[in-house]
Amino acid sequence: MAWFDRTAMLWLGAIAVTLIGVFLQGRLDWLATYPETGILPVADLLNAVSNWIVRHFAWLFQGMSALLECPIKGIQQVLQALPWSVAMFLFCLAAYAASGWRLALFTLGASAYMLVIGAWDAGMNTLSLVAISVPSAILVGFAIGVWGFRSRRAERIIMPTLDILQTVPTFAYLLPILMLFGFGTVVGLISSILYSFPPMVRNTLVGLRSVAPEVIESGLMAGATGRQLFWQVRVPSARRQLMLGVNQATMASLSMVIIASVIGGTADLGWEVLSTIRKAQFGESLLVGLVIALMAMVIDRVSSSFAEGSDRPGQTTHRRRLWLIAALGAVLVYGASLVAPILNDWPAAFRFNPAPMMNEALSSFITTFRTQIEMVKTAAFYFVMLPAKIGLQGAVSPFTWGFALTPLHQLTYAAGMIALALWSSRRGSPKIGIAVLIFAVIIYFGLTGLPWPALILIIALVAHGIGGAPMATGTAMGLLFIVVTGNWPAAVLSIYLCGIAVVIAFTLGTAIGIWAAQNDRVSAIVRPINDTLQTMPLFVILIPFVMVFKIGDFTALLAIIAYAIVPAIRYGEHGLRGLPETVIEAARMIGATPRQMLWQVKIPLALPVMMLGLNQTILHGIAMLVIAALVGAAGLEQTVYIALTDGNVGQGLIAGLAIAIIAIIADRMTSGWSRNRQAALGFGAR
Amino acid sequence: MKSTHTDLGPVRLSCRNVWKVYGPHPDRFFTPVSTGTDDPAAKAAGIRAKGHIVANADVSFDVHEGEIFVIMGLSGSGKSTIVRCLSRLVEPTAGAILLDGEDLLKKSTAELIEIRRHKMGMVFQSFGLMPHLNVIDNIAFPLKLQGLGEDERRARAARVIELVGLTGRERNFPNELSGGQQQRVGIARSLAVEPDVWFLDEPFSALDPLIRKQMQDEFLRIQAKLRKSIVFITHDFQEALRIADRMAIMRDGAVVQIGRPIDLILNPADDYIRAFTQDVPWESILRAIDIMEPAAGSMEGLRRVAEDAPVASLLPDLGSAAGVIVEGLDGAVLGMATARGLAASLAPGCAVANPSGSASGK
Repeated sequence: MAWFDRTAMLWLGAIAVTLIGVFLQGRLDWLATYPETGILPVADLLNAVSNWIVRHFAWLFQGMSALLECPIKGIQQVLQALPWSVAMFLFCLAAYAASGWRLALFTLGASAYMLVIGAWDAGMNTLSLVAISVPSAILVGFAIGVWGFRSRRAERIIMPTLDILQTVPTFAYLLPILMLFGFGTVVGLISSILYSFPPMVRNTLVGLRSVAPEVIESGLMAGATGRQLFWQVRVPSARRQLMLGVNQATMASLSMVIIASVIGGTADLGWEVLSTIRKAQFGESLLVGLVIALMAMVIDRVSSSFAEGSDRPGQTTHRRRLWLIAALGAVLVYGASLVAPILNDWPAAFRFNPAPMMNEALSSFITTFRTQIEMVKTAAFYFVMLPAKIGLQGAVSPFTWGFALTPLHQLTYAAGMIALALWSSRRGSPKIGIAVLIFAVIIYFGLTGLPWPALILIIALVAHGIGGAPMATGTAMGLLFIVVTGNWPAAVLSIYLCGIAVVIAFTLGTAIGIWAAQNDRVSAIVRPINDTLQTMPLFVILIPFVMVFKIGDFTALLAIIAYAIVPAIRYGEHGLRGLPETVIEAARMIGATPRQMLWQVKIPLALPVMMLGLNQTILHGIAMLVIAALVGAAGLEQTVYIALTDGNVGQGLIAGLAIAIIAIIADRMTSGWSRNRQAALGFGAR
Repeated sequence: MKSTHTDLGPVRLSCRNVWKVYGPHPDRFFTPVSTGTDDPAAKAAGIRAKGHIVANADVSFDVHEGEIFVIMGLSGSGKSTIVRCLSRLVEPTAGAILLDGEDLLKKSTAELIEIRRHKMGMVFQSFGLMPHLNVIDNIAFPLKLQGLGEDERRARAARVIELVGLTGRERNFPNELSGGQQQRVGIARSLAVEPDVWFLDEPFSALDPLIRKQMQDEFLRIQAKLRKSIVFITHDFQEALRIADRMAIMRDGAVVQIGRPIDLILNPADDYIRAFTQDVPWESILRAIDIMEPAAGSMEGLRRVAEDAPVASLLPDLGSAAGVIVEGLDGAVLGMATARGLAASLAPGCAVANPSGSASGK
């Protein structure tokens, strides 16, 4: 109970401060909204810097841009000039070499689909960008990884930079690149490289570090020089991890190439999807979105199969034979395409275009079920989203809930919540009681209704409980940065939307994960769905939701849930299935019923892993939140997106940084909690 | 195939007063003024008191030509560190390592690489195989680093593959082999360069007991053929007894006792050694020559036994007759084994004169 004495009093104090703040903010304006006069002109400063750079170094970047344009154009022309039949043959052969005839068949189907719906040219444009950005990202990532491996000091600089690069929303760094390099494919290329090299760095570092010391020692004892030790012992031994990096970098690159089409002028798949969404041609966008999804799946399978196969490099003669088949086959198919032009250019008349039909079906679906759709939407809006946003005090009105909030209601709510808090602190722990109280306060006043100092105080206190004074200070500093740059109101909107989505995704996902852990058939159904959602470029996930629910908060919410639910499911299942067998056996021998086993043994022990799932759920949610700006999310992500269209570098960067700060705080807190808990359970760091 | 004759060949490798200290300022304790003069145990205690870790404290021993020298100790006793000091995988803080009379610690990196390429071989507990190379390329890997051509590499690797009994497995990758087979690869690789000095760091500890026994036999067979100078690390006292010509027992980074296994059993230096030796069935370790006395009196009608006959097989004769006649491998009479000699060698502190005169106790 020592905990109760100090920390609980601290928390009760914080709640009191919050309540006082709420009642004072009517009188003290600066509590409600940070005064505009106090906003530091960081954005203007950044704009000035960027203008200065653009003015004085434009020639340099334009030159680089022109230089980089060459290989892109070159590859694009080659891929465009190549008869589709030859390209398709080579794709299938690569798939076969990677994993076998099943993947080759899948690849055949996917590329045939791309051809038949008439997306071949756009697909080749996307592919040519990926083809340049992936090798560049791998080279850059490997080099930086080696540098970090060689020098601890370098690593200390590299790791936080990577954190920022991976959490700053992609739109935010499209912006400065756009300013420097001007419109065109080069922007897509550079942002794609920037986005996809960090995973390569991480995997390189981990791979090189984790080579078994005895392998290194045996290399030394074999008389290896420094260079031999590195290139002939360490790098090949880390091959599997390195190939994993290649796989991740490739997927990231594809994802970013698609996103980068937002700036236009690329005539690739991403642009097709975006422009058709904007024209409300959902049938078309779905068809092209499917191409992206299929392409992502093929590329993922091929590169991950190469990663797995790299443990055991094939026989050299076998590989030589494959190259020979590739060359001979390509020439043969090319010859055939000269004879039969259909193999060279798929005639437009043979195109299969079900889009108009799909559009019709969709609109008839929407008209038929309009009332139901509207009902779902308004119910979610009135009973879930509004209370979280403006609180029960604002959300409950005759117009929404059918009655007005009377003092009697308020009193009942307060008494009920206090009783619940007391009960749960008696039954569970004081921590739970405190959590109930805070939740009650937030739900009543709404996130936007709380004064900013109170919200920062609460978050910093949570950080203090997890990581002590350093984490609390870091958290408070980060949030204060958001406040003094004037982004707090937008940040609260982001937290609200992402928060609801994460709570729903985590609860639902963990439940599904637990179910899948108990039931092999469920697991077998859920796994491929998860894999598909995970490899899908974020963009594509938006399409079905925006089709049915149009643009708005609710669509954004659903899209975020759809993407963020995947890690919750995965870690839920993994946590339960990965428990030590001896503990389960012991519990069974004591005579635990299945229900007791689940609730009293498995779930408490799996909690740290599930919390890692929460961590990933939050990060996935934030990643999707950023993209959701395209369909009408209103927080920081919208600020970034607007800055992108306005060309306001400073505002875009700062809002992007604000999102990164929120993501990093959430990451540190959840992973810190998980670590503490695992240490307490004696599992060690996993 | 333990050598029965206890006369030792010339010293190949000598470890002289080696210290290894980990911590912020290990060198501070080894200024030129304060070397080796004070008592090592007191010095180690002093260093530990200053927050440093003493992995090896004043370790000295010699490894003779063709000898299996076993270093036995429990985990944390410093045995793995000392074998790494011998090959300079770990840089000793103080002391000297003499290989054929030359101090290894004074060698440059390039010279060290040359020595490792041609004079040393090492086998690791968890094998340390290259996961991306198949069996024959793993074995030929040290030769490849030396820059030998593919044909010569393959030819030399093929020779050791046969020696360790891996014929037919050349194209397999490490993850397709059992633990015992992987360690055969490790052994073959360390032998491919035809080293003079062979280090084995707990080579069989990761294997199942049955496989371990089998690999020990194989190892002894190979050694009978090649007669390398060997430093063999183990935490298993039984393994040490089976394999060692001579052995050292380490504790807390220091050597507690060095001697032939029988010396340790009969004359344990302290209670720590006695704890290991007290359950050893002496009648199976003790050989005729160990209890032998100079021939005296009538030898008529006595059985003649070889010098390495286990005492267990002599017990009936020792009980009923005056004793047995011990003869050397060439048939010459060396002396007599009697009940009195047996009793004398088992009585603590008064073992029969040890013919080799090797150091027992420190």
